[in-house]
Amino acid sequence: MSKILVGLKRVVDYNVRVRVKPDGTGVVTEGVKMSINPFDEIALEEALRIKEKGGATEVIVASIGPADTQQQLRTGLAMGADRAILVQSDAPVEPLAAAKAFLKLIEKEGPQIVLLGKQGIDDDNNQTGQMLAALWNRPQATFASKVELDSGRAKVTREVDAGLETIEVDLPAVITTDLRLNEPRYVKLPDIMKAKKKPLDTLPIAELGIDAGSQFKTLKYEAPAGRSKGVMVKDVGELVAVLKQKGLI
Amino acid sequence: MTKILVVAEHAGGKLNPATAKCVACASAISGAEIDVVVLAADASAVADQAAKLQGVKKVLKVENAANAEPLAAVLAPQIAAAAANYTHVFGPSTTFGKDLMPRVAALLGVGQLSDIMAADSAYTFRRPIYAGNAIITVEAAKDKKVVATVRVASFQAVGEGGSAAVEAAAVNAEIPTHTRFVTRSAAATGRPDLQTAARVVSGGRAVGSADNFKIIYGLADKLGAGVGASRAAVDAGYAPNDLQVGQTGKIIAPELYVAVGISGAIQHLTGIKDARTIVAINKDAEAPIFEVADVGLVGDLFTVIPELEKALG
Repeated sequence: MSKILVGLKRVVDYNVRVRVKPDGTGVVTEGVKMSINPFDEIALEEALRIKEKGGATEVIVASIGPADTQQQLRTGLAMGADRAILVQSDAPVEPLAAAKAFLKLIEKEGPQIVLLGKQGIDDDNNQTGQMLAALWNRPQATFASKVELDSGRAKVTREVDAGLETIEVDLPAVITTDLRLNEPRYVKLPDIMKAKKKPLDTLPIAELGIDAGSQFKTLKYEAPAGRSKGVMVKDVGELVAVLKQKGLI
Repeated sequence: MTKILVVAEHAGGKLNPATAKCVACASAISGAEIDVVVLAADASAVADQAAKLQGVKKVLKVENAANAEPLAAVLAPQIAAAAANYTHVFGPSTTFGKDLMPRVAALLGVGQLSDIMAADSAYTFRRPIYAGNAIITVEAAKDKKVVATVRVASFQAVGEGGSAAVEAAAVNAEIPTHTRFVTRSAAATGRPDLQTAARVVSGGRAVGSADNFKIIYGLADKLGAGVGASRAAVDAGYAPNDLQVGQTGKIIAPELYVAVGISGAIQHLTGIKDARTIVAINKDAEAPIFEVADVGLVGDLFTVIPELEKALG
């Protein structure tokens, strides 16, 4: 039985323009729409496509977060995942602790592939997949835009600064997804009803026996420095004049 | 004593300018001793370039045939071993550094700071979150190694003129064979590299087609500029993905950024916030790009750009 484990993170929806609280203690998340991290949706879509092509028999979605994260896991089940696991933590978890938690799930489930998004759009860390691969002592293929499976190996095309790079990794392995890997499917209403009956296990993070402590303390949140108001020019002549005046051309 | 190891990025025997920016970030920490480590099959040429960077004390060469291509799984255990006597390990926040450094951190049993934009002290750093919509000041535990990636757009490269000693370093690390390099396809354009170019011209969805994107290349060539694209333009297939500027693409800080037919989604603005001068050319006077532009011109790009090229002579 070949399993794929997919990580889903609950984040502030990407359409929300996040604002820093006036007292600098955080960003405003009260009453803000929460969603599955967009990169993780792509990871789940890829896992479902692999399963549909016969490359896996089960897709498990897992998340680490507060009890409300069940909503995102149910969405994952409605997309087509077979079952879900919520590692419940009311405190925020740093990527290293998240990687340790995922490793515990790997030890229990024995997946061939772990698919994660390349980064959470909240913390913008881009770390968990790489850390998990290191702790697991297995290959990593980050920023994937194409995944081809072939008898115990995966050929992965990666989006790197210089263009595209293809690597081959032995399975099991961790793959993190880039935007252009696929277009995630929409959830249909009957699937939402069916997803309510699919298994969703919850286990408190304390029961995993990992050190979930943090190394970093956030002292302050600030809004980014704004840019000073620019000028509008009427035509190309004026534009060229301004650029010349600024010494840019 | 703060001892910082900077991981060099290089390709084709050339040191990537991002390395000099990591050294600049390390130099902002007072009293820090800075060494650079170069991993390669043959590291000599790159090590000599790194030795010239201002502020570098020593360059370590880690040579192994397995290091011919920058595979994170292969490099990480060697860097973790080389990092034993250091308090900090820095790498660039490029796809190379983002892939590699978290793996190094996990092998060292510590967390990582991504994309640091300022070092206030050896253990206090600032970094952007939520696509740059918030900046956090983070304090790292002093009893742990600090592994970080440095946001290259936030630092000016240190100059040359240094003369650090170059030494071969023997590292004791098991090198895995489970990951193999297959191929790389780089878009050879002859234009300045997007991430280090002083001038960048970017096109957005309004350019309309891959064929029309030639107008962007034409203006860029006239200005000696690198070429960028918005996510919309890349997704529509008008430009290759390695040109994408934004939260999920490249974060750049050129002297001059010209946004053509780009509306200015948050995702895109994150990638250009630190540009010195932003010029926006857009048909829609209400486009959010005009809120951040230093100079804005409302007009049809297909009229404006030929005129502009003519005016530039």
